[in-house]
Amino acid sequence: MSASIRVIRYNPCNQEKKKMKHIVIIGGGIAGMETASALTDAGHWVTVIEKEAQIGGKLNQWSYLFPDFMPADQIKSALQEKYHERDFSILHQSEVRSLHRHNGQFNIETSDEQQLKADAIVVATGYELFDARRKEEYGYKIYDHVITSADLEQLLLPDGDLTVAAGKEPKRIAFVHCVGSRDEKSGNHYCSKVCCITGVKQAIELKKRLPEAEIYCFYMDLRMYGKHFEELYREAQEKYDIQFIRGRLSEASEKIDKSLLIKAEDTLSGRPLKMNVDLLVLLIGMEAGKGTSAAAATCGIGCEESGFLKTADAFLKSNFSQQEGIFLAGSCTAPMSINDTILHARSAAMEVDHWLKSRCDNEKM
Amino acid sequence: MKDFGYTIIKQRTIDYDQFDGRLLNEILEMEPSFKTCLSCGGCTATCSAADLVSFNVRRMNLLLRRGETIELESEIKKCMLCGKCQLVCPRGINLRNVIMLIKKSILKYKPVNS
Repeated sequence: MSASIRVIRYNPCNQEKKKMKHIVIIGGGIAGMETASALTDAGHWVTVIEKEAQIGGKLNQWSYLFPDFMPADQIKSALQEKYHERDFSILHQSEVRSLHRHNGQFNIETSDEQQLKADAIVVATGYELFDARRKEEYGYKIYDHVITSADLEQLLLPDGDLTVAAGKEPKRIAFVHCVGSRDEKSGNHYCSKVCCITGVKQAIELKKRLPEAEIYCFYMDLRMYGKHFEELYREAQEKYDIQFIRGRLSEASEKIDKSLLIKAEDTLSGRPLKMNVDLLVLLIGMEAGKGTSAAAATCGIGCEESGFLKTADAFLKSNFSQQEGIFLAGSCTAPMSINDTILHARSAAMEVDHWLKSRCDNEKM
Repeated sequence: MKDFGYTIIKQRTIDYDQFDGRLLNEILEMEPSFKTCLSCGGCTATCSAADLVSFNVRRMNLLLRRGETIELESEIKKCMLCGKCQLVCPRGINLRNVIMLIKKSILKYKPVNS
């Protein structure tokens, strides 16, 4: 997406901008871009620091979004449009190397050696996907037809090839919920929130593409917390014949024909169950990732045990870090859906604006 | 022949690949509401029969979905067809009809050697 690259060097000599408050946002994903637009609208000068050449972060890996199958491109275009309509800057392929407080401002140095001064910081560094190779018993990158939900997302595009061994269409497909989530052995005790509904969405999409296939979801709990999620789950059962089996997979093993034998307990029957499948999809969870832990270290803000950033409280200050002037937006604070991320980003912008204005008032007094 | 006291134990594992889905498909076609079972157990909690004998309405769904036809046949005999389960069911599944349909169809699909 070269269209999004409008490299504006940070220019503190611009007279008009000199009068404005300058906010630096770390991360140009959904949260960063939405916060940037909202803060620009509130009359501030905003610079986004994005490590990649394109904006959108993890949004670039998804094809269609739950719960209504909206193409992910639509959200990306909307973020880009907001950017083109506004006057804020993005420093692409750049990362924050250091951040220091000086006279009530932040001095920032980036990896491409730019020096920035900021009145407030918003950390919007997002998440990373769980590396399914760490769950070795499921055989990701060992067996041919074990894929992750992120891999499947690419295959669900209209030209995606869904065939398995010997060019055949898969007859039986299983989804494994909670891969790398609610699993202390993987180091992640928390729920990633969005995988349940992602599994339901992808199972429906697969069934639409492969109407003859049997599809099974192996789950521990189904957490359909959001608007229209439960309805989609019901539709998966009723209209698309997706079967939900309560139990966590213990292992998968590849047979000579490249199909997979999977084992789980059918916990509602209280008996072990084995099944042969042609394709196994691992619904991988979210982790705070390197970007977020690096931002925590540079900004001197705390992390939870989960690795996600600590918010000042769980209710009224979910956009505040424990450091004054450093704010948080989106999934760097906890696993979050896209709609929740957009809302969290907008509330971050409101908190930053409020904080800057109240500080101005104090200065005047 | 001398009896050494050895016996072959039937495997407890549900081998899904051996599962005959014909009865399940027939029932689901005639009573599609049964697809939406959440396995909540509300039906079993209110069941008049379950109060007196070992009977679990929720398990009817599982037995059907795992192809446990023989057990299913003996279990549904315990149902008194009072219909309270349907009143409780959060998804309004017509369980009474499901049981009636199973009773009607099960003989067609019962394994011959049983």
